[in-house]
This record gives sequence, structure tokens and C-alpha cells, in this order.
Amino acid sequence: MELSGLFSYFVFFLSMASVYAVLVLGLNIQWGYTGQLNIGVAAFFAVGAYTTAIVTGPASDNYLGGFGLPFVVGLLLAMVVAGLLALVIGLITVNLRSDYLAIATIGIAEIVRLVLKNEAWLTNGVRGISSIPSPFDELSGITEGLAYLSVLLVVVGGVYWTCERLFRSPWARVLRAIRANEDAVRAAGKNVLLFRVEAFVLGSMFMGLGGALYAHFVGFISPSAFDPMFATFVVWVMLIAGGSGNNRGALLGAVVIWAVWTMSSSMIGVLSDIGLLPDQLATQASALRIFLIGLLLEIILLTRREGLLPERPPKAIDRAD
Amino acid sequence: MSLLTAEELYGGYGGGDILNGVSMHVDAGEIVVIVGPNGAGKSTAMKALFGLVNVRSGRVTFRDEDITRLSPDRIVGRGVCYVPQEANVFPSLSVLENLEMGAFIRKDDYSAQIERVFELFPPLKEKRGQAAGTLSGGQRQMVAIGRALMLDPSVLMLDEPTAGLSPKFIDLIFERIQEVNASGVSILMVEQNARHALSLADRGYVLVLGANRHEDTGPNLLADREVAEMFLGG
Amino acid sequence: MIDFLQIVIYGIVLGSIIALGAIGVSLIFGILRFAHFAHGDLMTLGAYFALAGVAGMSMPMFAAFGLALAATALVAIGIDRALYSRLQQVSPIILLISSVGVALMLRSLVQMIWGPDNQVYEQGITMPWVFAGGLRIQPTQVMIVGGAAGLMLLLHLFLQHTRFGKAMRAMSDNPDLARLSGINTERVVILTWIIAGVLAAAAGIFLGMDTRLHPIMGWKLLLPVFAAAIFGGIGKPYGAVAGALVIGLAQEMSTLVLPAAYKPAVAFALMVIILVWRPTGIFRGKVL
Repeated sequence: MELSGLFSYFVFFLSMASVYAVLVLGLNIQWGYTGQLNIGVAAFFAVGAYTTAIVTGPASDNYLGGFGLPFVVGLLLAMVVAGLLALVIGLITVNLRSDYLAIATIGIAEIVRLVLKNEAWLTNGVRGISSIPSPFDELSGITEGLAYLSVLLVVVGGVYWTCERLFRSPWARVLRAIRANEDAVRAAGKNVLLFRVEAFVLGSMFMGLGGALYAHFVGFISPSAFDPMFATFVVWVMLIAGGSGNNRGALLGAVVIWAVWTMSSSMIGVLSDIGLLPDQLATQASALRIFLIGLLLEIILLTRREGLLPERPPKAIDRAD
Repeated sequence: MSLLTAEELYGGYGGGDILNGVSMHVDAGEIVVIVGPNGAGKSTAMKALFGLVNVRSGRVTFRDEDITRLSPDRIVGRGVCYVPQEANVFPSLSVLENLEMGAFIRKDDYSAQIERVFELFPPLKEKRGQAAGTLSGGQRQMVAIGRALMLDPSVLMLDEPTAGLSPKFIDLIFERIQEVNASGVSILMVEQNARHALSLADRGYVLVLGANRHEDTGPNLLADREVAEMFLGG
Repeated sequence: MIDFLQIVIYGIVLGSIIALGAIGVSLIFGILRFAHFAHGDLMTLGAYFALAGVAGMSMPMFAAFGLALAATALVAIGIDRALYSRLQQVSPIILLISSVGVALMLRSLVQMIWGPDNQVYEQGITMPWVFAGGLRIQPTQVMIVGGAAGLMLLLHLFLQHTRFGKAMRAMSDNPDLARLSGINTERVVILTWIIAGVLAAAAGIFLGMDTRLHPIMGWKLLLPVFAAAIFGGIGKPYGAVAGALVIGLAQEMSTLVLPAAYKPAVAFALMVIILVWRPTGIFRGKVL
């Protein structure tokens, strides 16, 4: 690959990794800080993406569009709508145990997917929404890519900084206490329900933000882009591989697993070209990648559950709370 | 020769030791009672004998065989059976099925043993088809003991068999335990109803803070003023 | 009226399929104490094993059925030995996450081997039996309900009248006491996977007969299966059957008021209602 091709590949890689990083940071607030098993990441990702697509995208006869709102507004609204969805779900499911919450979130994701596919008046159905504007549409080629990447990196930095500040805050201490001993926290007079809902909503807002960033990056979205395999499963593997409970781990996981994902795709291409991979398997490249990522997850769970960057133990002060 | 012995047991559930050098033994045909204040490690000591607790150092032997590291299901096969204090029946299984589960590892025809359990606890015969979880506390305790008897054990270990029972049932259970003993089963029992338990014991151990404090015959312990003062209040 | 009866029949068929999956999920919950999210894909695997028999090896359907059941049971045991049993000590959550990974792996494996397109066991249309008033019943529907009922009856006999069946129920009640009584818990676990695998495979095959085969056919049923298991009370296989019939009927009857595409949402809604109102299920099962 020539240098410019390699460079643009690198820009693409880092951009997608950044989108995923935002998603993983959001999931970390739910799972890492609060112990909430959200297997419906795809729902909030999709809602964020579609919100921004609808409010910033072009007008259309087929579906609700043409508001032409600016990029930043799209991002913000994505967060708001994802947050609202999370609020509704959170209030209903907040006191469910992890296993039940997990199933409930699968259901949510399914319903969101059904709505996206079937309510074409809103989302244009399976045809998807295209021509989603990016703030750098006037630029071209590598410049556009670089410009957007810098926006992404700024956002990732901001989200990371926010999550780190939160991690050290009294709020997060209460969340950790709830994870350890819910009854004690309730007895101390704190509203456990409220804390849990807050964590769930905040995490989901970041997921919505990730979805919006994705929509503007790719320019086209459809219900199939938010397939649970890509949207939810990969994000989970990223969090576990990187080290759940841990924001640096979240970032690392996003980059490493995304690298595995993209490299495995190239690897499959190469292996197939040199004849080491039967054609039938090569055409199922995406399935093979999922299989390998799944296998990777199992290996991680069996051998190094804490991930690459194990969770930092909470500070001793927690006991005083 | 003692049937079941424990020598200098140190151990606990993980972190710190609960047992600090407990020793005891049960001879054939005896009723041995373990008493002591709350938190003395009485239940823990008995669980250690049965392989349910981590023994850091010390030895447990049964019929001269070292069983310290054996898991409970292996110990059960050797003739030592254990009745936990709580969750000691299978609630959704019938009384009869509970007994059948007690006899799970038996390859022979154990209907005679079932009859013996029914003779010992007549209400169980009547309610043999009823789910154990729907029985009263006292009847559940009968099922729990009955289940442990199905393997015709040489030693029966009971963890607070009369806890939470009405006085009528307490008397009944103690009576039945004596009957079981009379038929040749050695009994090792942790009891909170210390006075009553010691009155039927051959020997007793007083444990305090995970260590032996007193050891004597049942009558002697009952008469001992220090023991009485310490906790025999009731 | 006839339309309503027709829908009821669809509901019973769907309910029978869901029941076979829900029983397995319930048993695994009760004995292994975790939510097996790979169960849907186990169903998919069973369906495709049967396809391999029928299409690949030209076996008659009943032989392929038997083969698929056995093969799926073996795979289930294999996954447990390789994976779940090693994570058993950690936590139910890790087991759940692991089972999500297994689900993805099974699904992608199926897609790699058999391709992503829809497939069927037999080409061509079979004529339904037509009854008074125009009520139509497909022979496959009768086979599915009959087959499911037969399997459930066998399971019932096993659980109530055999030594190991009672041991399974005992372990589900109280695993510690089961161990204390000398019950071979390892063997009970293997039995659990055999039963779960067999029932899941049957469910998958029936689903394939009723609709068609597709790599995500089982995953799409996971939610209704769990909804049924939760509805009937987790850990109570009999409750799961009742829950499955309710979910199946509700899903089909919802087409009277909702667009058909939203059928899965019905199962979900019922499940949420139960979880919020009565988390131990209609028949008061466990709460994990």
C-alpha cells in the first residue's frame, strides 16, 4: 500500500476507533461503575445516529427530515433523545437484577430495531438515511478525513475527561458502594434508584453521542448498521478486553479490538488470495470475524478476566461514606 | 478406639481462622454435644469434620482413616452423615423423595431403611407424598434427619437440630435422637439448647472463640458452676 | 371465528416450540444458576444439523432428527466442559457474558458452513388439511405440537420417576444439600446439558419446519424463550411450558391489533410486566 493509502487507512481506523471509544466509555459507566448489564447498546447507538440524521439531514418525501440543523445541535439532540429513552427504560428496569436487566435490554434493542425498520415515515425504513452532512463537506479527501478525526479526538478527550472526573467523584463512590452492598447504602438514606437511573442515563447518552458521531462520519445509516453483533457485542468485547471498570482500559480496548477486527478482515483477504482459505469461508468473512472475536472473548474470560488494564481498587476513603 | 477424631484443627472460610486448635472425638455409641457461646465456632468445627470448611492445619480421622482433605460426598460414602441447620430439605420434592435422595448412593434395596425412618417419625409416613417445603418446621426437621439416616450411618452429625422449634417438638426431636443413638448410631451434635442437650449427652465439649475450653461428661458439665454461669442460663 | 381459531393454532404451534427452549433455559437457570444466552443459537445449530442430515446425507427426516438431537447434546456438553464449567466459580454474570460469546460463535459458524440464506428441509408446498369452516391445519403443525408434547412427556416421566431425574430436581432446589447427600453433581450437570441440548435441537428443527432455516432463527426466539421461562418462574420447567403457551398465543393474537412485524415486542412487553409486577413468575420460581 502506498503511503497516502496507508495514511488514509490509518485516519479511517482511528476515526472508527474513536467512535467506539465513546461507546465503550458509556458502557463503562453502566457496567464498570454500576454493574448494570446493558446488552442493548445497539439501541442507544442507533437512536443517537438516527436522531442526528433526521434533524441534520436533507429533506425527503419519504420520511421526516429536512430540518437542516447544525452538526453540534445534532450531536446534542442525539444525546438528549438517547438519554430520554434510557430514562424511560431505566425507571422501569432499574431495580432488576443483572440477568433480568440484560434480557430486558435485549428486548429494548429489538423494539428499537423494529421501529427503525418499520416506521418508515420516521426513519425511511430499511432504505436508511443517506447524505447525512458532515461539518467538513466542503473539504475533500484526506483533509476532510483529518478534520473530522480531529473533532472525534476532541470529543473522545472530552468524554474521557468527564468520565475520569466522575470516577473520582462522590457520585461514583456511592455507585461503587451500591455495587458492594446495596442495602447498606439504602439504610444510609441514599436513593439507590436515582443513582442507578442516573448512571444508566448518562452511559446511554454517551452511546447516543457515539451513534451521532458515527452517522456523520459514514454519511449513511440503515437499520442493518446497528446489528447487535457490531453495535453491542463488539463494544462489550472491547470493554472486557481493555479492563472493565477502568476508563483507560476502555480506550485501550476500543483501539486493540478494533485493530483485531480490521486486521482480521485484511488477514482473511490475504489468506484467501494466497489460497490458504477456502473460498466458501472467505465469502463469509464477516461471520468469520465475528467467530474470531467471540473466540477472543472466551479466551480473555478464561485466562485474563480483568482485561489488559485491571480495575484500580477503590480508594480506602470509600468506607467512610 | 475413637470412631471420629479431630486433632488441633485450625481453619475457617477464607480470610482469618475461626478454629484455633479444636480437638474432639466421638466413640462408638456415644452422644457427644458441642456447646458454647455465639460465635464460638461450634458449627464451623462440625463442618470442618465433614469437609465443608477449609482446614489449614490439623487432622480429621474416621475409623483411623485420614479424611481431612476429603470432600463431603466422599465422606458420606464412608458412613458419616450431616444435617445442616438451615436449608436441610429439598422443598419441592416429596417427603419420600427427600428420603430417596438421602439414599442416592445406595445400590441395594433400602425400603427397610425407609420403614425405619417412618417408625421413628410417624407423621412422615402419613405425609410421604407431600412436598417437604409445605411441612411445619418440626416436620421438616424430621425429614432432614430422616434423609441423613438413609445411608445407615455410623456417625450422625446434627447442627442445632432443635433451633426454632416449639418446646413440644424440641422434646420430640431430642427423644428421637436418643432412639437413633440406641440403635447404634453415634451422635455428634451442636446445640444452643445446651442444658437440655447436655442432659442426654455422654460427653460434651465447650468451645469458646474457636478453641476447646472444657471437656467432660454430660452430667459433670451440667453440674459445673463456671460452665453454668457462662452461658447455660436457659 | 375461524380466523381466530386459526390464530390460536399458530399460537399453540409457536408456544410448543418456545416451550422446548424455555424448559432448557429454566433447567440451566435452576441447576447451573445462570442465564444461558446461547440457547437460541443452540436451537439454530440443531436445526442445521438436521439440514445436514436431510440435504447433505440424504437421510430421512426422522433419522436426521435423531442425529441432530444427539449432535447438539454433544456440542452442549462440549461447550460446558471447555468453557462454562471453568467459569462456574467466578460469577453468573461472567457466565452470561461468556454465553453471549458462545451465541455469536455458534451463529457465525452456522453461517460460515451453511451460508446466510434462507433454507428449507423440503422443497415444495404441502397441502394443509382443511376442516369445516375453512380451518387449515398443516401436517407439520400437528407433528410439531405432537412431537413437543411427546418430548415434554418423556421429560416429565424422567424427572418424576427416575433416580437421576429426582436428583436433578433436588439439585435445582438445593445444590449444597444435594452434594451433602452424595449426589453426583457432575453427572447431573452433564444430564442437564444433554436434556437442554436435545430439547433445543428439537425446537430448532420444529421452527425450521414451521418457517424456514436462517442463521439467526434461534437468536430471534431467545427473547420469547426467556420471557416464557421468566413468566413461568425461573427454575420451574413446568411453569416454563405454561409461560411458553401464553407467550406464543399472545404473540400470534397480537396480529389482530398490531402489525405482524411487532410480534417480538409482545413477548418483551409481557416479560417486562412480569418482571416488574411479580419477578418470581406466575408460579413463584427462584429469584437469582
